Amino acid sequence: MGEPAIVPGGRRHVLDLDDFAAEEISAVLETARSMQEVLGRRIKQVPALRGRTVVNMFFEDSTRTRISFEVAARALSAAIVNFSARGSSVEKGESLLDTVRTIEALGADVIVIRHAEAGVPQLVAHAFGGSVINAGDGRHAHPSQALLDLYTIHARFGSIAGLRVVIVGDVVHSRVVRSGLWGLTTMGARVTLVAPTTLLGPAAYWHATWPEVTVTTDLDRAIDGADVVMALRLQQERQDAGLLPSLGEYRRRYAITAERLARAAPHAIVMHPGPMNAGVEITPEVATAPQSVIEAQVGNGVAVRMALLYHLAGES
Amino acid sequence: MHTRQLLDREDIRRAVTRIAHQIVERNAGVTGLVLVGIRRRGLPLAHRIAAALLDIERHSVPVGVLDITLYRDDLGLRGPAPIVHATSIPVDITDRTVILVDDVLYTGRTTRAALDALSDIGRPARVQLAVLIDRGHRELPIHADYIGRVIPTARDERIETLLVEIDHAEDRVVLVRSEA
Repeated sequence: MGEPAIVPGGRRHVLDLDDFAAEEISAVLETARSMQEVLGRRIKQVPALRGRTVVNMFFEDSTRTRISFEVAARALSAAIVNFSARGSSVEKGESLLDTVRTIEALGADVIVIRHAEAGVPQLVAHAFGGSVINAGDGRHAHPSQALLDLYTIHARFGSIAGLRVVIVGDVVHSRVVRSGLWGLTTMGARVTLVAPTTLLGPAAYWHATWPEVTVTTDLDRAIDGADVVMALRLQQERQDAGLLPSLGEYRRRYAITAERLARAAPHAIVMHPGPMNAGVEITPEVATAPQSVIEAQVGNGVAVRMALLYHLAGES
Repeated sequence: MHTRQLLDREDIRRAVTRIAHQIVERNAGVTGLVLVGIRRRGLPLAHRIAAALLDIERHSVPVGVLDITLYRDDLGLRGPAPIVHATSIPVDITDRTVILVDDVLYTGRTTRAALDALSDIGRPARVQLAVLIDRGHRELPIHADYIGRVIPTARDERIETLLVEIDHAEDRVVLVRSEA
């Protein structure tokens, strides 16, 4: 069988995927498959993390990621506490790290944190005696999203190595893309980033870290024969900042439409990390087409986050 | 380190055959039975018992596999988390007779975890336990219904089961005693 008996890595935190080897990613995906089976049982809860406490600290709005971690923690029988930045002592001027120490003193084992500033999860990891999972920090990283994307791709294709993955949209501002690139390149996918120049950033920037990635403004060429097409959310504020001439122009050149998708491989899948602007970066027709795995991504997110929580628990 | 062979390939084959006969007798046939092997070495044993039952009764019994990692009571106490492998039972276990299969029965904690897992998956009419070796030292009120061999052991001894399907070595059961 040749499978490792224990989780490789010996890690305490999940801050990004830059320190995940292929072996550890594979272990997370395998554990997530087992978690998916748990979620299909009569009783969708196992006692693995009974007695542990997970604290959700979301300083940025998020519905799906926060609830996904919450459902994942509950399915493992952990207690989950939602810390809301609004109305908390952080607003009264208590520093973030004081708050973290308070949460630690109250008995938390895991902090799941989202923050608009890149690097905050690292800071918290230094101050906190338990484990930290980064649920999105600024433009920096969003490792659990990247892992659920890898899981979704692997579930469809059976492997990731050699697949052609096209990521289209606001790549330069995207933490999903940065963590995604670590994961996808580690697993051997061939990635192309597509965006208008203002949202693409210089090719040299991407190549400094991921020399194997292709960078282009031409979606029609990039999508040719692609196995995976991932659209990113276009934030309204990008247009307000003058980075786009108009939404109509963006839609014409970069929206995933049925005609464009027809140029991808016949077995291609369409992904989106959500929340979608249907009608902008993707047409409603494509979003609900059989090639779309957007809904599966949400369900897979719970299984993958269960796997992460479980893997960290072995180290406490 | 002392090792002593307890069972050879033929002993294991005879034990599996005997367990299969006892299962048939106890359940008056094989109707409504499901064999569920506890990972890892319970699974090949469950397949072997199913093959023996097919020989005896000319009727095939479904075989599933159970991973009890998520039901262990020692997560985090023994270092890194064990990998969770798939649980897969091909039929609905509700109202059936489930025969749990494992290689060694020791403290009973693995069986306890397996019983908890089964009750989350369905509600069997009854659960029976088949093991190749019962080595004693129970820490919970659990006993086996079918036993290949009872082997009294000391706590500092270890039982190693080798099965060709997993270990790619000839079937045998060995007692290992580390010198203090």
